[in-house]
Amino acid sequence: MPDSPDTPDTPDSTGGVPAAGAVPQSPGHEGATGTPAGAHPSDSPNGPDSQPPTMVKVSINAPQFQVAAAHPERVERGIAVMFVLGLLGFAGFGAAYYQNAANYWLGGSLAVGFFGLGVGMVAWGKYLMPRGPFSESRHSAAPTEEEREAFLTDFSSRGKVAVERRGFLLKILGVVGGVFGIVAMFPLLRSLGPLPKNMFYVTKWRKGSYLTTSDGRRVHVDDLDVGSVMTVFPQDDVGGAMSQTMLIRISTVNVITAADRKSWGPAGYVAFSKVCTHAGCPVALYQKLIEELLCPCHQSIFDIGPDPDHPGWYTPAMPVFGPAPRPLPQLALYIDRQGYLRAQGPYYEPVGPGFWERGAQGIAQ
Amino acid sequence: MIDSLYRWVDDRLNISGGTRKLLNKIFPDHWSFMLGEIALYSFVILVLTGIFLSLYFVPSQKDVIYHGSYLPLDGTHMSEAYASTINLSFSVRTGLLMRQMHHWAANIFVGSIVVHMCRIFFTGGFRRPREFNWIIGVNLLILAIFNGFLGYSLPDDLVSGTGIRIAFSILEALPIVGSYLATFLFGGNYPGTAIIPRFFILHVLILPAIIAALIGAHLGLLVKQKHTQFAGNGATERNVVGSPMWPIFIAKTNGFLFLVAGVTAALGAAVQINPIWQYGPYVPYHVSYAVQPDWYMGWLDGALRVMPSWEIVFPGHMIPNAFFPGILLPGITFTLLMMWPMLEARIRNDTLEHQILEEPRNNPWRTSIGAAVLSFYFVLFGASATDVLANYLQVSLNTVLITFRVLCILVPLIVGPVTYKICLELQHQHRPTKTKRHNIVMRSAEGGYSTIEVQARPGDERTILPPIPVDAMILVNDDGEPILADGGPVTVGAGAGPGAGSGRGNGSRGLFRIPRSYR
Repeated sequence: MPDSPDTPDTPDSTGGVPAAGAVPQSPGHEGATGTPAGAHPSDSPNGPDSQPPTMVKVSINAPQFQVAAAHPERVERGIAVMFVLGLLGFAGFGAAYYQNAANYWLGGSLAVGFFGLGVGMVAWGKYLMPRGPFSESRHSAAPTEEEREAFLTDFSSRGKVAVERRGFLLKILGVVGGVFGIVAMFPLLRSLGPLPKNMFYVTKWRKGSYLTTSDGRRVHVDDLDVGSVMTVFPQDDVGGAMSQTMLIRISTVNVITAADRKSWGPAGYVAFSKVCTHAGCPVALYQKLIEELLCPCHQSIFDIGPDPDHPGWYTPAMPVFGPAPRPLPQLALYIDRQGYLRAQGPYYEPVGPGFWERGAQGIAQ
Repeated sequence: MIDSLYRWVDDRLNISGGTRKLLNKIFPDHWSFMLGEIALYSFVILVLTGIFLSLYFVPSQKDVIYHGSYLPLDGTHMSEAYASTINLSFSVRTGLLMRQMHHWAANIFVGSIVVHMCRIFFTGGFRRPREFNWIIGVNLLILAIFNGFLGYSLPDDLVSGTGIRIAFSILEALPIVGSYLATFLFGGNYPGTAIIPRFFILHVLILPAIIAALIGAHLGLLVKQKHTQFAGNGATERNVVGSPMWPIFIAKTNGFLFLVAGVTAALGAAVQINPIWQYGPYVPYHVSYAVQPDWYMGWLDGALRVMPSWEIVFPGHMIPNAFFPGILLPGITFTLLMMWPMLEARIRNDTLEHQILEEPRNNPWRTSIGAAVLSFYFVLFGASATDVLANYLQVSLNTVLITFRVLCILVPLIVGPVTYKICLELQHQHRPTKTKRHNIVMRSAEGGYSTIEVQARPGDERTILPPIPVDAMILVNDDGEPILADGGPVTVGAGAGPGAGSGRGNGSRGLFRIPRSYR
């Protein structure tokens, strides 16, 4: 084999380069300086750097130095073709840009340019360069015990003299740093927004609010047929994310959903918050046949159909499926003398998903 | 000119000293080492296309009425962010291409990080001394997912706006500080007008800066600690076998950069992604059907869906439902991921340094745990499409969801033991060799059969060359001329003439000479 190496020189005879890793002797054999395969660096008692550097001699004709391609000229021609293709691609991109061509021309030409360049360069590296493999040595990541000792000695001895003695100063320094850390949070965090206070407990709904459509019209008792729905807002918060409310006409007569809600559903109209109690998405899908509301985000389903326990009553948007943990809050409605639908008052509990301070009742502190 | 300029700089910065070692850095040739490169290069593409996009995107939630070149939305109320995204897609030359390339590159970025991480995990590449790089990598994954979500949210379209709404709810669900953090970040109650500008500065400055710094640390540690490698081919715990940085790896890896760019450009050209003009602008009381986030958020979305409707309520306080899938699950996930190298070392009582990677089959314990956990997240990912699946399969939503709740538990319990068994089976397999030789079955005149093994033909044998120390690889002689070796048996140091000059210009394939110090 042409690549069988000679015996290693001594370092001083050539004044040279330390060997890197294993010396190639013959396939499958470990080099003179390499440890046996699987040997662990920390198994070596002397540490990696204590071994004498060894010279390596490699034949200039070693197959590792030859290019990988069997026919380099052909590969070179192929790479040249790829580079020209890349050139054409980029030129095409320029032309496509100049012509304000469609997106697929712009991106397609750019892709051809990149592919030509990329394939050419990878092939160059893979087939027209020494096939290798080459190796370098490595050492344990840990320092030697002497290095560690030296550092720690320097650090702690100087530290003892200069720092540790001044324990009082250190304490003050700690306090100053701590206070700075806390006050730095004021502008970084506190300036960002207001305190929540009762923000999550209230909406813009109040006593007498008109139910208003998204285009600003007041909702009249004759507006909806039975089985129809509509998104409504208080008149001073049209489009509001937190006050959006689902108005559903379930029947033509007064709808009762609970013992304390006997007057909340006049003329078959019931209104529930449209903010899902799970993650706050709009509960926008009304499934008319099964009388359920569905949230399209995570598929929580709220039942608004007849109450099986109380004939004639309806279910107050109880969650019957999916991750939503609580019913949608109901808005108490009344019909004024002109026939407009209005709110009897605000929501009786916070709308939307839960939060730490909410508790079971959701009563504002 | 260049020579003297180099001298001028080198005299002041001493580039030659340190960089020579870098030229010699060895990169193992195994294909799986490429996965991290995909992540690196998609980040490069993200930065370049992102700079372009930032010149046209207006991070503002101010309400405007659209009058642009996309006629279906003419006269529609929308935020400036949404309008500017439409404009840069339709009215800026190459704008749509850049946007689609950016979005594709983001998906590839997170994807390649995940696959890269799986490779490291299943081969034990995180073991001592590489725990730090593993932790940096996990943090890069977290930041990549976060920044992907932020970028996805910026156009303020109907789908991404719903995502922001869910993000607010998850933030709000954090015990004790949740409501404060939510109102601080959003500048008030949802939706407010501050979130798009704030997401913008996080997305284009703060998170990319941290990601870039961590990538720098990741690669710095890679150079300092050197690569791991698979056994065989002369690889030991004390060396690295592969291709040197200069010129072989440089050529391959730069080519690979262009290939990644080419794939991204082709996707940006041909495969539409996130057509926000079809979704419409975000309106808080609108929502669309089949709302799915980008793929890397899918497991969180799926977790939100399969979570039963539990809440912990006690007097005056509650832990909302979204806390468990939205905060607890990712919290546990990423904490365990970061702690894994230390946990494994503790459990297996393994304190040694490891430079040689394990074949996944040879560590069935770790491989089966990893596969089981991974399958759990795959099921959650699938669960993010419950509505689409129910529609597609024509079964009720309830059936699909309950199925996924069961699968979440069941699939990992099956995948784990099965993987363990497969690993054990594979251990008894012979290593697959490069070339298989076939047998010829002969029928004799008497009707008997005999099997003859076919002789090896030239080229059948795969020769495994022993690695050569990289210091021996020199491209030019001392005069700066390339040295050509001929085909003769010239052995440097064994009496051959200086520079093996006899081989000069002989049309041979070698371009290399042994440095003087080896002679």
